[in-house]
Amino acid sequence: MKGNIVATAEQIGHSPNPTASHHAADGISAPLPIELDGLTHDYGSRLALNNLSFNVKPAEIFGLLGPNGSGKTTLFRILSTLMVPTAGHARIAGFDVAANPTRVRQQTGIVFQATSLDVKLTVAENLMHQGHLYGLRGAELAARSKEVLARVGLTDRARDLAETLSGGQKRRVELAKGLIHSPSVLLLDEPSTGLDPGARIDLWHYLRILRDQHGVTVLVTTHLMEEAEHCDRLAILSSGQLVALGTPAELKSEIGGDIVQFDTAGPEAALALQTRIAERFAVPPTVVGNAVRVEREQGHRFLTEVVEAFPGAIEAVSVSKPSLEDVFIQRTGHRFWLDQDKEQS
Amino acid sequence: MAATSLPVRLPANSGARDSAAATLWTPAYSLWRRELVRFYRQKARVVGVIASPLLFWLVLGSGFSKTFQSHSATAAASSSHYLSYFFPGAIVMIVLFTAIFSMMSLIQDRNEGFLLSVLAAPISRSAIVLGKVLGGATLAAIQGWIFLVFAPLAGVHVGVVGILYSLLIIALTSFALTALGFVIAWPMDSTQAFHAVINLILIPLWLLSGALFPASGASGWLRLVMLLNPLTYGVDALRNGLFPVEATTFSPVVNLIVTLVFCAIVFAGSWAIVNRRTNKPAA
Repeated sequence: MKGNIVATAEQIGHSPNPTASHHAADGISAPLPIELDGLTHDYGSRLALNNLSFNVKPAEIFGLLGPNGSGKTTLFRILSTLMVPTAGHARIAGFDVAANPTRVRQQTGIVFQATSLDVKLTVAENLMHQGHLYGLRGAELAARSKEVLARVGLTDRARDLAETLSGGQKRRVELAKGLIHSPSVLLLDEPSTGLDPGARIDLWHYLRILRDQHGVTVLVTTHLMEEAEHCDRLAILSSGQLVALGTPAELKSEIGGDIVQFDTAGPEAALALQTRIAERFAVPPTVVGNAVRVEREQGHRFLTEVVEAFPGAIEAVSVSKPSLEDVFIQRTGHRFWLDQDKEQS
Repeated sequence: MAATSLPVRLPANSGARDSAAATLWTPAYSLWRRELVRFYRQKARVVGVIASPLLFWLVLGSGFSKTFQSHSATAAASSSHYLSYFFPGAIVMIVLFTAIFSMMSLIQDRNEGFLLSVLAAPISRSAIVLGKVLGGATLAAIQGWIFLVFAPLAGVHVGVVGILYSLLIIALTSFALTALGFVIAWPMDSTQAFHAVINLILIPLWLLSGALFPASGASGWLRLVMLLNPLTYGVDALRNGLFPVEATTFSPVVNLIVTLVFCAIVFAGSWAIVNRRTNKPAA
């Protein structure tokens, strides 16, 4: 019950759990927003999460990047307390998701990938309903509902049925729903799905405001590299394992220099070229499909040397700065979408 | 809900958020209200409330009365007699259909993602059962009560006690059947499968409830099945209420007790099925 009128006014927009932010400001060790400790989950014989351990820091936008089937949906379900992990622990704001789901839920705002709006209700009714689920009522709820709706810029649509909204607007109402109870942690599952580029930019704008002005910790799952670039830190998952953790810049800088890629006629030609490059230049090239890839300083010079050394073996060449996909390839030895291709075949 | 004062935010008070009001009654009320709002926003459903029961009763009742004609002195007397006999059964049928079909929305909620956001909220799972079942039961009961208006047409002349008893029985039967629909719909992810169960279990449940023919007229095993059918007691109870002078299979007290027990069992079933927490995906 701390805070005078001024403080309360400042918090009107959005105030995460006052205790947590208070402790953080005083330097007392407050529980981390999200902690994973040997988290493991299997669906019978299939291991979906394999011994994940990492933390998410306060007030950061944390990305969970991985192809379909990498385990990020499983992790999202566990963090949103919809599923109990088979081994290990996950804690949100210090509360175990399996042992204390109610406390976790009070701290967490969740925006699911599937639309959770009732389209036969108005936007305001949807928010009222969500508020009721989180123990808000009466004038307090009405005020919160107005605030979050203003925050996502949909005040003028409050009385409209949800079914009349566009996809981007629906997603913004979903975000408003997730924020109605002032959570300290916000979980978003593939939030850009079905949004046009403008709506995506808006969404990230809102997420940064939440982080910067209100100290909300945001966890976003995504399979989009360009979206992962927006995150403060990233965990890259592949087949249920953590393959990389760090800021996008850190991860990319771990790859020395440039990525040089030589496209060849086919997989056999690529393997042949790999052997010849390895013998001649004393570098370890990797084969990805029809292409041979080399990480190298001064990529443009190396490229010229290789093309002059093996004319005819190369169909196309490219030099690029490392991307997150390159990080993924380096850590896993295969392309980002390979997991999915395997599943489909 | 107009906030006339300044929107001063109260600090998050986890104590208040843990109260039964916050985790059970408020969410249950919200879910109950949603069922009603959704109902009156879909005009076709509102029209069906009045039109369909009347149609069922007149068409089915008149049709079946021919079958019973030979046993009676005059055709006219028989026809009106059977319409009277069929009246409680028709009410239960209306209630059954409304209750069961309203729970089909549970499957829709699950597929659309609405249920996911409810399951992830810090509420007692019992609030989901309570809100959903009371919502469906309210709609079913209202429909059953409206049908009572036609009672004079069925030759029913009944006092206040009879009417009150009938209203209570309709409410309880609505609750029990909605809860039954909830138990069936909860684990399902397709409405087609739900239809199959309706045809396999729920329609026979009604056919063998004494709605169309009395248990006393049934033979051996069929009679036994009818006596074991909890809906039989609901139909019989309505007969108690609407035709107090006629002798019924069971006494009003027995009928009321069995109906109450039926309510308690299916509601406990809904509660149990919702409170399972597993390593499997919740929705």
